[in-house]
Parts: sequence; C-alpha cells; structure tokens
Amino acid sequence: MRDVAIIGVGINRWGELWESPLRDIFVESALEAIADTKVDHLDSMYVGCMTSGLFIGQEHLASLLADYLGQNHLPSARIESACASGALAAKCGYFEVASGASDIVMVAGVEKMTDVGGDGATYALSTAADAEYEVYHGVTFPSLYAMMAVEHMHLYGTTSEDLAHVAVKNHKHGAKNPLAQFPFEISVDAVLNSIMVADPLHIYDCSPITDGAAAAILCPLEMASKFTDKPLVRVAGIGHATDTIALHQRKELSWLEGTARAAKQAYKQADIKPQDLHCAEVHDCFTIAEIMVIEALGLVEKGKGGSAAKEGTTALGGKIPVNTSGGLKSKGHPVGATGVAQLVEVTKQLRGECGERQVEGAKYGLTQNMGGTGGSAVVHILEAI
Amino acid sequence: MVGIVGYGVYIPRFRIKLEEIAKIWGADALAYKAGLLMEQKSVPGPDQDTVTISVEAARNALKRAKIDPTEIGALYVGSESHPYAVKPSGTIVAEAMGATPYCHTADFEFACKAGTEGMFVALNLVQAGAVKYAVGIGTDTSQGAPGDALEYSASAGGAAFIMGSENLVAECEFTDAYMTDTADFWRKEHQYYPQHAGRYTGEPAYFKHILGAGRAIMERAKAKASDFKYAVFHQPNGKFPMKVGKMLGFNKEQIEPGWLVPRLGNTYSGSSPMGLTAILDVAEPGERIFMVSYGSGAGSDAFIWKVTERIKEVQNLAPKTRDYLDKNQIYLDYGTYAKFRRKIIMSESPQIL
Amino acid sequence: MSTSARYTREIPQRYRLEAAKCKGCSKLFFPPRLICDECGGKEFEPHRLSDKGKVVSYSVVRIGPSQFVEQVPYIVSVVELEDGVRLTCQVADAKPEELEIGAPVTIEFRKIGEEGDAGIIHYGYKAVLDRFK
Repeated sequence: MRDVAIIGVGINRWGELWESPLRDIFVESALEAIADTKVDHLDSMYVGCMTSGLFIGQEHLASLLADYLGQNHLPSARIESACASGALAAKCGYFEVASGASDIVMVAGVEKMTDVGGDGATYALSTAADAEYEVYHGVTFPSLYAMMAVEHMHLYGTTSEDLAHVAVKNHKHGAKNPLAQFPFEISVDAVLNSIMVADPLHIYDCSPITDGAAAAILCPLEMASKFTDKPLVRVAGIGHATDTIALHQRKELSWLEGTARAAKQAYKQADIKPQDLHCAEVHDCFTIAEIMVIEALGLVEKGKGGSAAKEGTTALGGKIPVNTSGGLKSKGHPVGATGVAQLVEVTKQLRGECGERQVEGAKYGLTQNMGGTGGSAVVHILEAI
Repeated sequence: MVGIVGYGVYIPRFRIKLEEIAKIWGADALAYKAGLLMEQKSVPGPDQDTVTISVEAARNALKRAKIDPTEIGALYVGSESHPYAVKPSGTIVAEAMGATPYCHTADFEFACKAGTEGMFVALNLVQAGAVKYAVGIGTDTSQGAPGDALEYSASAGGAAFIMGSENLVAECEFTDAYMTDTADFWRKEHQYYPQHAGRYTGEPAYFKHILGAGRAIMERAKAKASDFKYAVFHQPNGKFPMKVGKMLGFNKEQIEPGWLVPRLGNTYSGSSPMGLTAILDVAEPGERIFMVSYGSGAGSDAFIWKVTERIKEVQNLAPKTRDYLDKNQIYLDYGTYAKFRRKIIMSESPQIL
Repeated sequence: MSTSARYTREIPQRYRLEAAKCKGCSKLFFPPRLICDECGGKEFEPHRLSDKGKVVSYSVVRIGPSQFVEQVPYIVSVVELEDGVRLTCQVADAKPEELEIGAPVTIEFRKIGEEGDAGIIHYGYKAVLDRFK
C-alpha cells in the first residue's frame, strides 16, 4: 500500500443557495480543489451524497457530476452512508490511490437541501434511521439525539447549559470562518431560549439545513510534490465502522461504539494517541453529538464530554480545539458534503491557512464523520509532513 | 349452555366536561347537565378509533377468557364509526388478537345496537355448534355535530365478549329482538355528522323498542323485574335508561351498577355492552342480569344473563370498567378537543418552519 | 403509490409484537432476522413479546415530519420490554412532565398515522404510562 497525500482542497459558499442547482454547487468546489493543485487530469472520482433522490429527485449523480465537471467518461462513483457519505467517499478514494489502481483521485461531497420544505427535509433526513421501526413511529433526528442526550444527562449529570456551550463555542469558531453559513457568535441564553425542537434540544442545539459541497484531490505521497507547492498533508490513518441504525438496539444510547471503533483503527494506523492531536473536526449535527463524539474519540474520558466546551478544553486555545471551522452547527451541514469539508478544514489547519482560527503548529488533525445516530462512522487522521 | 367466557372493556383517558362544550356555544350548561343527567364524556385521543379501542377491549377479554386465540372461529365488530367505509375493522382486530386466519369476520352497523348484534350472532354461532368461540364487540368513537345536542353526549369506548360453551362467567339464558323501520336517527354516506328527529327519538323510538324487546323476553323467560339483581339498557343520556327501567318495573339500585353514562357519555354501540361489563365486575355467582340495547332505525336486542361461579376468578384479571372510567382522566379544553376530533380545518399539505 | 404490501408484511410485529427466538441460543430478535448475531443460528421460532416494559429514554417531538405534523407535540421513547427487547415507539396520552427514565409502561394498540385522507391507516404499538396506579 502506498502512502496517500491530500494535495488540493476546495470549498465554496455554504448556505441557502437559492440560485444554484446541485450540479453547479458541486462543480464550483471541485474546480477550486483542482485549481489548488497542478494536476492536469483526474483518474477517477468519488462523490458522497446522502439523498439527492429525496431532496431534488435526482439519482445517478456520479455520471451527471463527472460530465458537468468537464470530465465526461471519467470513472465516477456516488457513495452513500447517510451523513457519513462524504468521509466514506474519501475513504474509497484513499484506497484506490493506496492500492496503486489510480494516481489522481477526486473525493467530494455535495447536498442540495433547500429545494424541499422543512417537513420534507425532516423526512429526507429521517431515512437515515430505521424506516419501519423508528421513522414509522414518528421519530425525527432531533428526537433521536434528544433521547441520547436524556440518557447522557441521566447517567453523567450533563445539563442543557453544557449542551448550549457546545453551540456557543462552535459559533465563536465559525464567526472566524467567512464560508460558514452562520458566521456569528451566539450566547448561552440565546440557545436556552430558542425554540424547543425535541426536548431537551433547542433549535440552536441543531445544525442547519444547508446547500453546499466540498472536494479534495488525493495522490500518492511520493508524487505529491510534483502537484503542489504547498505543505504536504499525509493521510496517516483511516478507520471505519458501523453500528445498528436503530438506536434502540444499542445497550447504551449515549455511547458511540461505531465512532470508538473507527477511531481505534485510525489511531493504530497513524500510530498516535488522542493526546497527540492538535485539532479535530467532529460531527456536531447536534450539540449532544459533539459531547458523545469527543468521548468516543478518547479526547475526554467517557461521561466527561459534557463540560468540555464550557471549560474551554475544546475551544481554540484549549487543550484540543474541536471544530475550528464552526462545525456543522455554525458552518452548516449539507449532509453528504460534511465529511469532505472536515478534511478540507484539517488540511488547511495543517498547512497553516486558517487565519484567525489557526491552531499554531498543528501537526496532527482528526476528522470524524457519522451517519444517522452513529450507525456509520469514518475517522481520518491527517499529518503535516 | 352458552354464554360469556371472557369480557373486556376499554375507555380512552381523555374527558371533556359539559360546561366546557356549553361555554363555546353560549348554551346553558346547568340545563344540559340536568336535562341529560350527565357531567362529562370520554373523548378518544387523536390516535384512537373504533379499531384501537376494540383491540384493547378484546385483549382484556382474552385475559379473562384465558383461551388460545386461534380457537376463535368468528369475530364481529359492531360500530357506527368504523374507520374505513370499505375494509373491515374485524380483520384488524382479529389480527391483533392472533385469531387469524381461520376465523369468520364481519362488521356490523345498526346505530347504537351494532354491539349487541355482534354478541347476539356470536352467541348463536356457538349455540349452533358452528364455532368453539366467537367474539362480539361493540365500540364507537361517535361525533355529534358541533353545537348539536348530540355533541354533549357522543363519546368513546368499547366492550368485547368472548362467547363459548364451557368455563362461562355468565350463561345466556334467553335472547330476544324487536325491530321496526323507524327513521329517528341516520347518517348517509359521505355525511360527516348524523341527523336526528329531535323528540321523535324518544317515545316512538327508544322507549317503544326497548319496552317491546324487554317485555317479549320477560314473557319468554316467565320472569319479572324482581327476579334480577341488575338491569342495563342503552344509555344515550342519564335519564332514558332510568325511565325505561322504571317502566319495566326496575328500581334505581338494579340499574345504577351498569349506569355509566353520567361520567362516560353515550358510547353508542359500546353503551349497554359496557354497562354489562361494569356489572360483571361486581357481580356474584347466581345473580341474574337483564339487558336491552337500542339502535336507531330502529331495534332492540334483549339478553338475560346468569352469572356463574367462575366470575370471581376473572374479575381481577384485566382492568375494571369503573377504573377506566374514574382513574387518572385527562380533561381537555374545547380547543384541544376540537383538534383531537379533527374539527379544525387544516392545510392540505402541512408546512412547518 | 400503494404501500399495502409493505404495510401488510409488518403486521405480526406491529399488531402482536411477534419476535423471533433463536433456537440455538434463545436470543430474541425484534423484528425477526434470518441469522442470529450471537450464535450464527438460522432457525427461529415465533415469540410474542411482553406488553409490559419501562422507559429507557424519551423526548418530546415539537417539530415533526409531514405525516405527523397534526400530532405535535408527541412523546417518543425507547422502551425496554420485560423480555429485554428494546423498541422505539410513542408514549400516548401522557404529559411530558409525567415521563421519567425507568417509568413502567404498557403497550397499547394505536393508530400511528395515515396516508392522507384517502390512504390506508397505519396501526401499531404505542406505550402508555400505568393508568391505574
């Protein structure tokens, strides 16, 4: 297996892109990723997208997007694993390069979510849960994560205020990210006084509905300096695991075993420990999710995630800054794009391109992307060479 | 010898007081309460209908009957509020009980008499030896038009009876029926609320048919009112069953144990069957029960039951009728009631946010 | 579009809580599966689950998907039945303040939703708190 590098990244405007169709949203980020390198062609492409069928009535994205990227006939595949589609597309690209099958591979993610109304989006997202045994009964994603939160609160004394601090911290980071959908700060009171969506989660505990895309170009590490003059970023470790998609089938609702297993693999391959990391982009689709994820990643002890944001452990300048991009909460969450956008942010951190939100001297960064209530999880560890 | 092997009831948890309804229509609450001898009525939750109530009543009946549900050979649901116009309620109830597939099923409809029709047919199928066990259910989630007198009484509940020929809790000694074509109350296809003929629903309808069936069965049984410990009649309001009972020679003490309407309302097809379950909850072996239903259109079914020794073994095997009636109710305001009963016009494609 | 086939095939689970019990190791699966993840067994027998259980966790849905818009607010819960099997369902007739982790519940037969005014009605299980305590 060959070592793999990320040589180019692209991300564009995120938000309610009323004037842009999915194909343009993808192509803008993809072209930017290509322009970030000196490559003159692609060998293949993987695109993560959760449910363009439900959001815009369009499947068969792989071919459509290759064509509109000006790459008709390129081998191209669309990857789906709910909200982990993006990171899983990246994993597929990684193995294609590592195996020697291809040299230059684009990995991207895209989602166009605003062409349906709020209830339509709620429904489309709910398909990441068990259709017959969860969704049938009226559960929504906020309510599933709310049930995880209720158990976490019951077991560990986590409070609504603890949850609010995750949103406050990520908005503080996002305010330094010009591409974020909601680049402004919010207060704990604003979170606690916002509309209740599914008790105890307020609307400000939830990531938004977003249109957006992100892309990255991978090549063998040994060829990387031929295609970029920027600092090299190596994919040091990858982990991938699944868990039951029905939340009720897990013994502990508030423990993300899929993420824990994916992280274990990634740490092992990278040969580092959680405390060696300098930054992490994690899947804070809800504030409680970030709390559970940092526990599963070993960034804090099990049950101790609740106070991390409040105490500043996970803030810029803290022990391990989490979601410097603003996370899903402030940057936005175009579901299929999120996993790739996390790689874009960590690549920029390792290259020292993050401006106001830069973590000085970052050498190791992690991304964690998950689908559903954690039924799929992909962890990448990147290393600045 | 045929009769009841197991009985069960179900009443939704929600109630609305008559004052709350009267307030909306500017009506005189005290006059309604005195006129109907009622305080409140039960209201089905937004997720309850004739099928769900029938299933719960039938499961309670199974708990008391302690039989293998696959031995049920027939099942009849009587209601004027079947959720489907075409597609039986009975198939759903039979599936939920585990009585499928070797089971004869039909839905009955005869205004408030459909429940006792199911009981009548179930009893006679067992009597004929066609099936080992047969189930008769009477349930309704009826609606009166907003502001109409019926809105004060139309309520929700149901009772189920598993009929058989052994291990009886009550033996059926006699049945009778009395029926004429009388247009006192009706609802045509595609109409949401029923129409009624005002005071014509009283003497020429309710009283004539209950007295007709009641006198016929007394004569057949060579019995008189004092031979019975209990009497139960269809209960469209509090007054009618007391009055018709008195006309047949019964006193208040005989009627009161099965007189649920003051705090339940009129459960239509469930009305007299639920009254019977309340009596069975407190009955002693050897006691006799006189029962006459009434359904507009119009007709009455009459039954004479004799309670057996087994009653004492089963009374506590499932929740009792008075427990469902009086424990832990949730009182609704008219707005929530209107929402639950789908009296509010909603957007055709609901949008949120 | 007809969802009749899809609806009908789930009836044993939704109406009667029918699970599958592995003949090899007795592990219960709800809904039934074709292979046991404990012992690899492929033979099962039907097992009707208990209708009694307790609340593992819960939430109040205040913004619902299109099919459930008219029902909000409603309570959803993960319930553990006496057999040890867990499932997701609504808690009917309850006020949010009545809920707590560990609260005993009974399964009742309820309407879950319907496919518009003209479509089929979806029935199934919901939990209710003990009414007669």
